[in-house]
Amino acid sequence: MAPRLSLGLRARLLFAFALLCVVTAAAVAGGMYVQARNDILQRTQDAAVLTMRSRLETLFPLRNAAPGPAELGEIAATVADGNIAAVAVYQEAHSPGRLDPRVLPPQLRRAVADGDIVWQRVVWQGSPFLIIGAPLLIVEGDRPTRASGIEVYVVRSLHPEQRSIDGLAASAWLTGGAALAFAVALALLATRGVLRPVRQLGRAARLLGEGELRTRIAVRGSDELADVAHTFNNTASELERHVKQLREMEADARRFVADVSHELRTPLAALAAVADVLDEEAARLPEPAGRAAKLVSQETLNLTGLVNDLIEISRFDSGVAALALNEVDVAELVRATLRVRGWPERVHTELSPAVTARLDPRRVDVILANLVGNALRHGEPPVSVRLSADPHWMVVEVRDHGPGLDATVLPHVFDRFYKASAARTRSEGSGLGLAIARENARLHRGDLTVTNAPDGGAVFTLRLPRRAHDPDGQIDRGGPE
Amino acid sequence: MKLGGVSRVLLIEDDPAVREGLDLALTRHGHRVRAVESGEQGLDRLRTDLPDVVVLDLMLPGMDGFEVCRRIRAVGEVPIIMVTARGDDMDVVAGLEAGADDYVVKPVQPRVLEARIRAVLRRIGRDQAELERHGDLTIDRAGLVVTNRGVPVSLAPTELRLLLELSGTPGRVHSRQQLLESVWEHGYFGDSRLVDACVQRLRAKIEDDSAAPVYVQTVRGFGYRFGPV
Repeated sequence: MAPRLSLGLRARLLFAFALLCVVTAAAVAGGMYVQARNDILQRTQDAAVLTMRSRLETLFPLRNAAPGPAELGEIAATVADGNIAAVAVYQEAHSPGRLDPRVLPPQLRRAVADGDIVWQRVVWQGSPFLIIGAPLLIVEGDRPTRASGIEVYVVRSLHPEQRSIDGLAASAWLTGGAALAFAVALALLATRGVLRPVRQLGRAARLLGEGELRTRIAVRGSDELADVAHTFNNTASELERHVKQLREMEADARRFVADVSHELRTPLAALAAVADVLDEEAARLPEPAGRAAKLVSQETLNLTGLVNDLIEISRFDSGVAALALNEVDVAELVRATLRVRGWPERVHTELSPAVTARLDPRRVDVILANLVGNALRHGEPPVSVRLSADPHWMVVEVRDHGPGLDATVLPHVFDRFYKASAARTRSEGSGLGLAIARENARLHRGDLTVTNAPDGGAVFTLRLPRRAHDPDGQIDRGGPE
Repeated sequence: MKLGGVSRVLLIEDDPAVREGLDLALTRHGHRVRAVESGEQGLDRLRTDLPDVVVLDLMLPGMDGFEVCRRIRAVGEVPIIMVTARGDDMDVVAGLEAGADDYVVKPVQPRVLEARIRAVLRRIGRDQAELERHGDLTIDRAGLVVTNRGVPVSLAPTELRLLLELSGTPGRVHSRQQLLESVWEHGYFGDSRLVDACVQRLRAKIEDDSAAPVYVQTVRGFGYRFGPV
């Protein structure tokens, strides 16, 4: 997400800068171009008209009011010049030469016939030309001026002017282009200046989200971005402080549990030492002392189990639990677990032979005893244990054929002290058995999960790597040497 | 060694309630118990009472359990069963290195402690076999005497039992589980560190170089085997 945002911001900034530059350059250069072009053309036209007028004035007085082609030729020659072609026209006659009056625009001719000096720019065969038409007038003393009927046209090439205008246009384009390039460069610099802190902020926020709570941003300058960086840093500090506080509280709570468990151990040790004595003497004691003695010894055992489980789980919490790895035949381990507890007749086993694994047998025994014990206590027979393996993993499935676990219970089965039914205020176990079982599985870098089988019954699946990591980080080859 | 079915147990435990409880339980099981509250008193009693087995709490005020363990080992080979706090793995390892033969976890189940005591006091069966020679090592299974280059080696009962077990079938690999069952009577899920610690102590006494053992060899991933020499 973040890279797309920064790209978008960069593109938008670049576009805005470029647009601004193009509009400004177009306005300035275009305006100047148009102005200069008009100036050049105007000046050329004025000069040409003046020249023509002064040359025509040398013709007066006209010798013949109705001149023939020869005289018209003389008139034309008067106004012609190096790059100026001229033609003089009188009614149907016109001066000889390369200019044919028929190519002249008719409107122009009409305007000249009305007695005006007229000029027009035309593009002829791709080249610009200026055509000036002037009627010769007759002025006689105080009588009104009248047209002589003779019209003189000159055609002047505008090629040199066109070239200088083209030059102007080219330099306008060049200037505009240079300005655009400059603007883009500036925009890039500016976006980098803005985007670098934005990107830093993004990266820092991501790190913070990943739990790197000590992430801070270097604050530069005192602009809005620096404000944002400041706010970010303050937020991060607050967050770090809160999380630290929470962790300390959690650690305190766990330490408290561990301390309490350890403190309970000494009086419990004394109780446990005499519980057997009470238990064995109970039968000989008169009632109700006998039943009381039985109860005390039984509850001492339960309390011992609970405290042992609490100590065990606080060892997982504090991270001091370690594996004592051993190469074992897993099927034999499963059989031993069942045998030690007198369960072989009650559990159906399906164990792949020759599955060896490097694991902590005591911890795996704890897991299996817990799963099978639960299945026997809470599930319906038959309870089955299945062992399968691939080259890297071994899987033990423990299932019963009861109704299975309620969907609302399923996610909490491994929670500490979770009771599936509110009515059952105290189960036979400590309430920590499955939590400890899963911690043991995870210590092996494996996992323990639970589902309901499609045809009923809960299925606990223990999945362990066959080559668990040694505490020193090496993987033992395990084979005979 | 246990004589006439009654064994003398020296119990070193600082907490009065636990001390009394264990005293009661062990006495009920037919032992003659001498209970003391500190390591110093325990060492004194060791000289005068000559107990068959010592039950030693590691958490003692004054001289700690490890030091007591080392001092007991310095003067003799009486079996030592230490009482450790659950989960203090470092204590177990340190205690075994200090020379303890076995351990039980607090809170102690008297039945478990009784089984451990019986295991360490178990008579070692004497064979009428020939003197065995393995390199410079001589094992007399009848007299239960081990000599290295003719010099008698002083072995604690557990160490001797382990050596006899391993050397009984030279070249055969014994897994830690098997050794735990045969030497310590621990059942299948015993603590294999007992075996490792005992092997270390045994090697220190019979091998020329503990780092390159000749008699008790490690088969990595499986266990131990005696020889081949």
